[in-house]
Amino acid sequence: MPMIPYLVTYAGVAVFVVAVLARIRMFSKMPMHLRWELYPVPHEKERAQHGGSYLEEPEWWKKPRHVSKSAEMTAMGREIVFLEALHEHNRKMWWRSFPFHFGLYLTFTATVLMALGAALAHFAGGSWSAVAGAWQILIALVAAIGAGLVFLGALGLLQRRLTDPDLADFTTAADVGNLLFFIVTFGFALVTFVAFDPRFVLASEFVHNLLAGHLVPVASGAAGAMVAVTACLLATLTAYIPLTHMAHFVAKYFAYHSVRWNDEPNLPGGPREKLILANLTQKVSWAAPHIQGGGEKSWVDLATEDFSQYGEHK
Amino acid sequence: MRASPSIHDLGRGSGPVGHLKLADQEPLPPPYDQPGWIPPFKPLTEKEQEKFVCVDDTIVVNIPKPQTKEEEDRLVQTFLGGMRKLFSGADNWTFLQPLVISMEHCARCQTCSEACHVYTESGRNPLYRPTYRSEVFRRLYFKHVKGSTFGRGDIELSWEGIARLIELSYRCNLCRRCGQSCPLGVDNGMIAREIRKVASQELGISTRELHGDGSMLQQRTGSSTGMNAIVVKDNLDFIDEDISEKTGLSLKTPWDKEGADVLVMHNAGEILAWPENPGAFGLLLEAAGISWTLSSELAAYDSINYGAFYDDVQLARTLIRHMQAAKKLKVKKIVVGECGHAHKVLGVIADRILTGDLNIPRESALTLMADIVKSGRIKLDPSRNDFPVTLHDPCNITRLMGIVEPQREVVRAVVPQERFREMEPHGVHNYCCGGGSGFAIMQGHNFPDWRFQVSGRRKMRQILTAFQGLPMDKDHPKYVCAPCSNCKGQIRDMLKYYDAWERAGIGYGGLVELVVNAMVDVKPGFIDWEWH
Repeated sequence: MPMIPYLVTYAGVAVFVVAVLARIRMFSKMPMHLRWELYPVPHEKERAQHGGSYLEEPEWWKKPRHVSKSAEMTAMGREIVFLEALHEHNRKMWWRSFPFHFGLYLTFTATVLMALGAALAHFAGGSWSAVAGAWQILIALVAAIGAGLVFLGALGLLQRRLTDPDLADFTTAADVGNLLFFIVTFGFALVTFVAFDPRFVLASEFVHNLLAGHLVPVASGAAGAMVAVTACLLATLTAYIPLTHMAHFVAKYFAYHSVRWNDEPNLPGGPREKLILANLTQKVSWAAPHIQGGGEKSWVDLATEDFSQYGEHK
Repeated sequence: MRASPSIHDLGRGSGPVGHLKLADQEPLPPPYDQPGWIPPFKPLTEKEQEKFVCVDDTIVVNIPKPQTKEEEDRLVQTFLGGMRKLFSGADNWTFLQPLVISMEHCARCQTCSEACHVYTESGRNPLYRPTYRSEVFRRLYFKHVKGSTFGRGDIELSWEGIARLIELSYRCNLCRRCGQSCPLGVDNGMIAREIRKVASQELGISTRELHGDGSMLQQRTGSSTGMNAIVVKDNLDFIDEDISEKTGLSLKTPWDKEGADVLVMHNAGEILAWPENPGAFGLLLEAAGISWTLSSELAAYDSINYGAFYDDVQLARTLIRHMQAAKKLKVKKIVVGECGHAHKVLGVIADRILTGDLNIPRESALTLMADIVKSGRIKLDPSRNDFPVTLHDPCNITRLMGIVEPQREVVRAVVPQERFREMEPHGVHNYCCGGGSGFAIMQGHNFPDWRFQVSGRRKMRQILTAFQGLPMDKDHPKYVCAPCSNCKGQIRDMLKYYDAWERAGIGYGGLVELVVNAMVDVKPGFIDWEWH
């Protein structure tokens, strides 16, 4: 029994990692698609200010291309941390979504701090005790603010889901259930924090034990039970997120880098030509009268054949 | 409370599922805030509604109603089969990754709705939300392609729902402003195009204007205008004569000049509807001393590629013809005239289709024009364009290609500074003209009413707002510069619909016309307000 919260946490993290990797693999394995960018594209440096691209340059293919990876990283970082697009286009939702997401980042940060503290305590030995107190205060602050923000953000998002007539038609039971899952999980975490673990010592010890494989209860009685339930809920939530549309943190990377910002030119003889040829030689099964692919013709066949004898559309 | 119509209504009952409430629309700015200045919206007749599938108050696709249960079932099954092909790498490598991202990760937060001019200008009719058709399609995907509705919501399936969904995919301009506003990168505009693709590529259903009279006609005769090579050369001869007479500079359009530096590709609609535009281009290129040519090869004298709006196969076919013509002439580059979707196809989409000797560089006429203007090779007098000018940004050129500044550099060089008025918003955040994705050429039933009172209304609002504070009469001409044939067609028809020349003195034209009008060597008065 004492091992259950640890085993659930191991399993939760494992499912999360596998599911995220599977999703990354799925998107990575997909064939190169047509260029479909949307401007502004931040790596266009100063041109990004007005949404411009290298295509503004006469005979751009004869000139060196200047790509600012740092501008791209900065834009991505600001989008991840501050949800800038939502701030710009849907302020009402941003007030709910920003605390929710920022709270998740803080919660993750607090977990990393706990793990780091455990590692430092292990390796630094006695000298660690001088800073351990301050470290614990930092953990408590980050974790408490994080959990509070997630809780409030999720409440706000749920309130909007349930009351905004614009969303009603699109809201499924799962949308409500997902938010309730967050509210319950982080509600439990907050109760545990306030009532039993105000300095997050028990939580830190749990993380330490998790890393050390020392699967023993961190406390007895109600405190121990609450820490165990909170850990199980957090782990289950961690496993659940990447199995749903909430895995958008993976999709967003591809949506931005592979679609919206992918303006890499295909210069003659360049590396993309090989990928293009692989795409164009695939067999097509589209069946409309003007195509009649039948799984036999390739894209090259279709694009170059004499199709004038084919029937018209309806 | 659920909005009406609900997404579930699309598959229920028969007949239209939603109606426009014109009273919900925000009034247009002066002088169009006066009663009786907006033409009446002609209702569909009962006969039209009986014959074709309806989703709202207009019809574009003309989907005939199935006559038997077998036909109904075939429609449903074929559509579902086509949907499955959309998610196959072989059949849809062109869009598989962006499509899956958009299908599986939409948070349905409705951020995109407020970015959509069709939805907002309709008086916020739920039917026109970018998410409405996408959500129906998404639920069909999870139910019939992935095989599970868990966590995704259910949806009824009926032949009429499918047919309405196809019709509804033609209520989106594919301007992708919704995608630009999405915090997650979901592209509901692209989903509208994917629905059109299933209809066209699997069911053989599309609009007559885009397919039979569009891409097929272009590939058979050489142009979606129906002009063959002899006719187009004749037309250009007339244009050369007219332009030479009008400007005092001699113009003889070169055809099929092997080894020319530049192959110019115009939207052939320009040749018929706005001959001054290709004429002005010829004049400018000659004045700048550029070695250029047109091609009389099949489809190569018409940059149109309607596949961009509904069908990847048709897109590839037309593209290959364009590039083969350029290869045959051994030109150094293709310059795309003032046509937005041709820019997008040749400039960007083609970049993942062309290889080897077909991968010939392509460039925008706007950048070339800016280069000529900045080079000082021609003498310009901006005072010849001494009238208010506003600039429409074609979505395909700005938001989807990032070409924003060259056209402004040109305008700044040929129009007095105080006369230029930006629309708000502009550049990559512009609004579509309302004719995007082929709407500008669709005239069936009462669709023009919808095109001008719904999809084009935001552009009309922007134009009127840009000119506020000026005398709104035809004694004070004002110029809407639209460097795209499709946009220009929409703006032409819309200004006519609202009688904007007579009532407010608002005319329109392209960009190169402003340049030639400002050329010192040209006889004054190239821009002829009687065009309007």
